[in-house]
Amino acid sequence: MAVEKKVLTCITCPIGCEITAELTDGVITSVVGNSCPRGEKYTREELTAPRRMLTSTVRLEGGRMSLLPVVSEKTLPKEKILSCAEALRSVRVKAPIKEGTVICENILGLGVNIIASRDMERV
Amino acid sequence: MNASEKADVVIIGGGVTGTAILRELSKYELKCILVEKELDIASETTKANSAILHAGFDAKQGSMKAKMNVAGNRLYHELKQELDLDIEWTGSLVVATDAVEMETVKELFTRGRENSVEGLEIWSAEQVLKTEPNLSQEVKGALWAPTAGVCWPFGMAIAFAENAVINGAEIVRNCTVEGLDVVDGKICGVRTSQGTIKAKYVINAAGVHADEISRLAGDNSFTIHPRKGEYVLFDKTAREQMVKGIIFPTPSKTSKGILVCTTTHGNTFVGPNAQDMDDDDKEDTAVTPQGMQEILSSARKLLPNIPVGAAITEFSGIRAVSSTGDFILGESEKVSGLIQAAGIQSPGLTSAPAIAEYITSIVLKKEPDIQKKANFKRNRPKHKMFHRLSHEEQAELVRENKLYGRVICRCETITEGEIMDAIHRPCGGCTVDGVKRRTRAGMGRCQGGFCGPRITQILSRELGIPVTAVRKESADSQMFYEKDQKNGGNA
Amino acid sequence: MMENLYDVVIVGGGPAGLSAAYSAYKNGAKKILVLERDREPGGILQQCIHNGFGLHHFKEELTGPGYAHRCMELVKDKPEIEILVDTMVLDVQADKTVIAVNPEKGLMTIKGKTIILTMGCRERTRGAIRIPGERPAGVFTAGAAQRMVNMEGYLPGKKIVILGSGDIGLIMARRMSLEGCKVQAVLEICPFSNGLTRNIVQCLKDYDIPLYLSHTITKIKGKGRVEGITAAKVDDKMQIIPGSEFDIDCDTLLLSVGLIPENELSRGLKLKMHPLTNGPIVDQHRETSVEGIFAAGNVVHVHDLVDFVSEEAEIAGKYAAITAIGSIGAKTQDVEIQPGEGIRTCVPQHIAVSEAGETVRLFMRVRQPMRKVGGGEMLFTKMLPVAKPSEMIAVNLPAEKIEQINGTIQVVIKEV
Repeated sequence: MAVEKKVLTCITCPIGCEITAELTDGVITSVVGNSCPRGEKYTREELTAPRRMLTSTVRLEGGRMSLLPVVSEKTLPKEKILSCAEALRSVRVKAPIKEGTVICENILGLGVNIIASRDMERV
Repeated sequence: MNASEKADVVIIGGGVTGTAILRELSKYELKCILVEKELDIASETTKANSAILHAGFDAKQGSMKAKMNVAGNRLYHELKQELDLDIEWTGSLVVATDAVEMETVKELFTRGRENSVEGLEIWSAEQVLKTEPNLSQEVKGALWAPTAGVCWPFGMAIAFAENAVINGAEIVRNCTVEGLDVVDGKICGVRTSQGTIKAKYVINAAGVHADEISRLAGDNSFTIHPRKGEYVLFDKTAREQMVKGIIFPTPSKTSKGILVCTTTHGNTFVGPNAQDMDDDDKEDTAVTPQGMQEILSSARKLLPNIPVGAAITEFSGIRAVSSTGDFILGESEKVSGLIQAAGIQSPGLTSAPAIAEYITSIVLKKEPDIQKKANFKRNRPKHKMFHRLSHEEQAELVRENKLYGRVICRCETITEGEIMDAIHRPCGGCTVDGVKRRTRAGMGRCQGGFCGPRITQILSRELGIPVTAVRKESADSQMFYEKDQKNGGNA
Repeated sequence: MMENLYDVVIVGGGPAGLSAAYSAYKNGAKKILVLERDREPGGILQQCIHNGFGLHHFKEELTGPGYAHRCMELVKDKPEIEILVDTMVLDVQADKTVIAVNPEKGLMTIKGKTIILTMGCRERTRGAIRIPGERPAGVFTAGAAQRMVNMEGYLPGKKIVILGSGDIGLIMARRMSLEGCKVQAVLEICPFSNGLTRNIVQCLKDYDIPLYLSHTITKIKGKGRVEGITAAKVDDKMQIIPGSEFDIDCDTLLLSVGLIPENELSRGLKLKMHPLTNGPIVDQHRETSVEGIFAAGNVVHVHDLVDFVSEEAEIAGKYAAITAIGSIGAKTQDVEIQPGEGIRTCVPQHIAVSEAGETVRLFMRVRQPMRKVGGGEMLFTKMLPVAKPSEMIAVNLPAEKIEQINGTIQVVIKEV
């Protein structure tokens, strides 16, 4: 039975509670230090399968600028963020683009689309 | 090879000395080429100094420094109009804070008169404080020199260079001198990184490196010792709390001292200190904490309340101090045709046009058949400085050229039209700092944060080079890098 | 030159200017002009491609460009609202004449019944904090680098050190990592970070970027291009501890060392300025010391949430419109608001109380981090679980409480 303690800062709200989770054989057995239930939910996700939003840019042709800002529709597995960012670096799209257009469908097979953050007119 | 292969005169060094000489020579039927090792002219000592046109009371009577200073000062009074130079004749004060200093001030007065400086006066403490109310109450009196002024130092060099090129001279930048060819004790060529130029005369105006250049020809009769001077520059809004003119402390044996001084654009600065550097390290222009401390505490003796929060930048320059204690002007005794214009530290900026005439006369004496150019163009196209124009003039300017209607440097209100002009003039700006020196874009309180990227893109567009090829100042000063598809960054 | 009489002329088309324009329109202004110096409106938001914007104002989590888009949707296609881009305002005069210039229309003289200043802010530079060393290429303010990376498509460098752990520095630490660059370290002179905790986690911890608190930079190395920096620890008086220096290899230094409201035009107008906010002193309508000239957003005091910027700008827009139309009510008294214990700044700095009576929202910043704060026995109290200098606090002061005031009020904050 391997017992370990993990300490993290919850990022759900400005308080930033310092939370200590105890794990036995890799399973969370207790969560203390949070001021509200959201802190527990964040801790469980963060310690089992942390996820993050991704925002970046892709190359744009025919627009006023040479880049289009993009955002993931929902969170992605944290450990895949850098490879997703790398994948986006070789994506090229053409203006005009509408906000919300899917720029990269099901990025790296993770079930999340990357969409345009803004409109870009053709110039 | 970018330079022609043969010339009558090759000038080594594109600072204020070299460009002034080039301009003067360009009045005559001589083929002249100036070679400059950096990407742009006026990028070394000429760009980092006090920008003062000294009256000339300081230098030892009879010295070259004294003669050239006073003559140069007079020439600038004429050249201001002729070459559209940015000069303000503010006058200068050498301030004494005790009785001993007052004696020195009186000595300077006498020396000044001996050097033929006009209009010198001894002022009382009241007179000084009336003109400059923020100065210390310890002021006992001062030497007032009305013929002194402040200028735009790189502007001087750039004006000389532009006018010289308009009159047929050639300037080759990014061109390092690697050797000097001497046959039978006579100079005959300059070997550069861009090829060899055969020349009858070579003028050594190589600043801190002048001794190294001279040695290439076999003349090691002098050495140049580097002495660093640091400066702190203040925002224009600080001017009310500082000074309107040039305020010197009473000088010491080695230095004119740490001044508080205005600029032609309404900024003020304090500096320079004097730090002897290693002779091997003539390129160290780092600003140091001790240097800044020294400048600020020394300046506080003149100006007790320095608004340090209003500092916008710090910089330093290297003085070329000659082993002889004076300017070295004249033909080498070892190598015929090699003419030295070396050891040009203060009052070098002021002396430049006089040095130019002096050096030119040496060449002309040896070439009595050379004629003056009949169609020498004395002027250069006037600078259109948008922010100095009236609203009517601004409106007219934008109607003529709509690029004057797009403000690129918002701190100093510099327009795209001015930046385009700076790039496309003869010997135009080809680096971000070169554009900065010609237009002032990037010299304001945001120090290029807003306009730097825009200027980089304009340079890329106008010079037809990728953005990643644009340089800040030197060849190794890349500004931006390509986003790589694989890893971050690409050379 | 052009003469035009607008109800409201707005200087700056970022979120503050756009929100003010919409609010002025909603409150009856018929001729509104927004003057923007960049190629398109949206201000700094266009380069803030990360998310976290709009949770309060639009009830959705948006990226910066997304928030800007929402603001622009509200003002576009309305004949009452005109937006001029690529236009620089050169001067604003007390009689509400604005001199502006753009390449197409040339020099313009514009008259407004009211003016709203929404110029935003700029970044503190290396020169202002006097970092010693050479002056190579590769030293950028974080915002300038952000613009190049996110809008123009170039990297400022490949091996990065960041000075300042405010949000801009933290966001750029992440951004540069996402672009495949190596962020060597973030250095912060204070013993605590000024950034949001969520950014420390998402931008530094996620990328294993070390954060050195109580550290600063003592030297920049490299003549043509940055070659490295020397870092050193500081004591509790922020003085360098001798012998603590160490070198960090890098080719780029990003500076995130403070934002300063851009008040060149305000100074030209000789507006009364506040020494701590560095912005004009305003009342609850965001009117400055010159009648008919209003100000809102980062130009008044630096915000951290763009949602508050919009809220503040809507106030300015509303009252500028009401003033322009001529319906502004008379003022009965002026109440000065003094920041007291624990409070560094508070906007507005005074309340011009009117007969109508209105709730006034106070926006304040505390001097240092605190937990469980309230005010004790006072005119009005609000309890908060936490307060940090980097996170602006907004508190509503109800109209009936304001009526009870005579003269000045003090805002204090204490841990309870």
